[in-house]
Amino acid sequence: MILTIAGSELRRMFYSPLAWAILAVVLFILGLIFLILVDNYLNVLQPQLVGAPGAPGVTDIVLAPVLFWAGVMMLSVTPLLTMRTFSEERSQGSLTLLTSAPLSITEIVLGKYLALLLFTLVLLGLLTLMPVSLVAGTTLDWGKIAAGFLGLFLLLASFSAAGLFISCQTRTPLIAAVATFGLLLFLVVLYMSGSAQGTASELFIYLSHFGHFLSFLQGLFDSSDVVYYLLFSAAFLILTIRQLDNERLQR
Amino acid sequence: MSDEVLVSAERVFRFYGQYCAVEDLSLTLRRGEVLGMLGPNGAGKSSTLRMLSGNLAPTAGRININGIDLLDHPKLAKTHVGYLPERPPLYPDMSVDEYLRYCARLHRVPRARIAAALNEVKTRCGLIDAGRRVIGNLSKGYQQRVGIAQALIHSPLIVILDEPTVALDPIQIREIRALIRELGRSHGVILSTHILPEVQAVCDRVQIIHAGRTVFNDTLTGLGERHGSIGLIVAFRAPPAIAELYQLPGVEGVEPLAGGRLRIVHREAKVAEAIVKASVDRGWGLYELAPERTTLEQIFMDLVHREFDTDGVKTNPMRASA
Repeated sequence: MILTIAGSELRRMFYSPLAWAILAVVLFILGLIFLILVDNYLNVLQPQLVGAPGAPGVTDIVLAPVLFWAGVMMLSVTPLLTMRTFSEERSQGSLTLLTSAPLSITEIVLGKYLALLLFTLVLLGLLTLMPVSLVAGTTLDWGKIAAGFLGLFLLLASFSAAGLFISCQTRTPLIAAVATFGLLLFLVVLYMSGSAQGTASELFIYLSHFGHFLSFLQGLFDSSDVVYYLLFSAAFLILTIRQLDNERLQR
Repeated sequence: MSDEVLVSAERVFRFYGQYCAVEDLSLTLRRGEVLGMLGPNGAGKSSTLRMLSGNLAPTAGRININGIDLLDHPKLAKTHVGYLPERPPLYPDMSVDEYLRYCARLHRVPRARIAAALNEVKTRCGLIDAGRRVIGNLSKGYQQRVGIAQALIHSPLIVILDEPTVALDPIQIREIRALIRELGRSHGVILSTHILPEVQAVCDRVQIIHAGRTVFNDTLTGLGERHGSIGLIVAFRAPPAIAELYQLPGVEGVEPLAGGRLRIVHREAKVAEAIVKASVDRGWGLYELAPERTTLEQIFMDLVHREFDTDGVKTNPMRASA
């Protein structure tokens, strides 16, 4: 059942031009960044690094920043993807279709979440073309790349869960988008305030999702980071389920 | 109609904050029955139907669907229900076929059955030609049909329709009413409406709801007998004295009405004959003779207005839609 919902959701996502526009814009901009970084590496950095022991390779200089920028871009783009999930269904009245079918709320929420994850995988799949295009000219540290992509996937999964929850709070997709963006940005600000001199706080750094992402980009696979993202996503999914359940009971 | 009870609701209450939308409502639906829920706007019809379809939990009370408690086993109970809410739950960017196939899968129709179910429901709702069209481009009437089709795709035992003929043209209304009648033979149907003739056209039983309470619940055949006595409206060119009319066999009362008409209350149907005969014999010049029927509309107006009178001035309660 979850798969049925996810399949239909994903298909509907691609019926609207929004998903295509998002993919096009994100890939175009990341492609440009990739190009600039490769160019910079070839013309400026490579000659300086030749022969230096322990010098960073292409993976560190080109791919890690691309993945970082992908995360930053998705900070503002994920809200556009998630805004419709519940708020639009609610304003159209089509949520009733799901709630009167023999489904549990959990199945509905997980179905929609899975659709968002599948979309994320499509995006990441297209992004992997960038490192693959470098294979012709150089050797890459695939372990590091895999860690980076896993980190990006987990980051986007947490964005989606938060977006899903906020979309469930309102009937207006735009408000959902703005609120989700606000929440995600707030977590980044937490990271900045946590790492600022004088006010540095381990707690703030732990709470913000970007801090965990950065260690993935360095190729570090720390299970505590994975756990953070899983907890973050699960918490928002559970909140969404509770919220929808409450709606049936109250108001 | 069989005695098999498909839906039974017992003493259901629903509050929205302080506002009581549904108060102490009980309801039964048997197999082979069409139950009409009638009431003015904001009477609590939609809230009731949302509760029966499992979209809204009652504040108090029990609801049984085909013997399964809706609150304890919602997933199981919902498999027997097809529900068309006030606004059909459509995805405007899907095509009709794709949408109905999705609905079938959500209701766990076996894969092998889906194509047949799709065909059947499209024939029933007059959607054969619309299969490939995108729902958002369909007219309101067609969208309503898709909404009805969605409620029937898994051939549920119980069909709950919230104002099914809204936005349809007269021909479509006739078709849909015929469809509801047909469904009522093998399944159980609950429909809400505020259109009185609709209830008379399709329902076996009517439950009138006003301000959240049931004020009338009876079969349509039992209607005439229960409410008011039977009367005749007559008019004469040379009206006789009222006492003279009382002497006719079977006459129990005579009331003068506006425009020189008289209302004759009687028990036996033979009275009409007697009046005609007397009129011819005695030269009263009878020019109008019509049986008076208690229509649903009369009862409805009676009940609803009586409520308003006893409660004093009541502002129209806000339509509860959350």
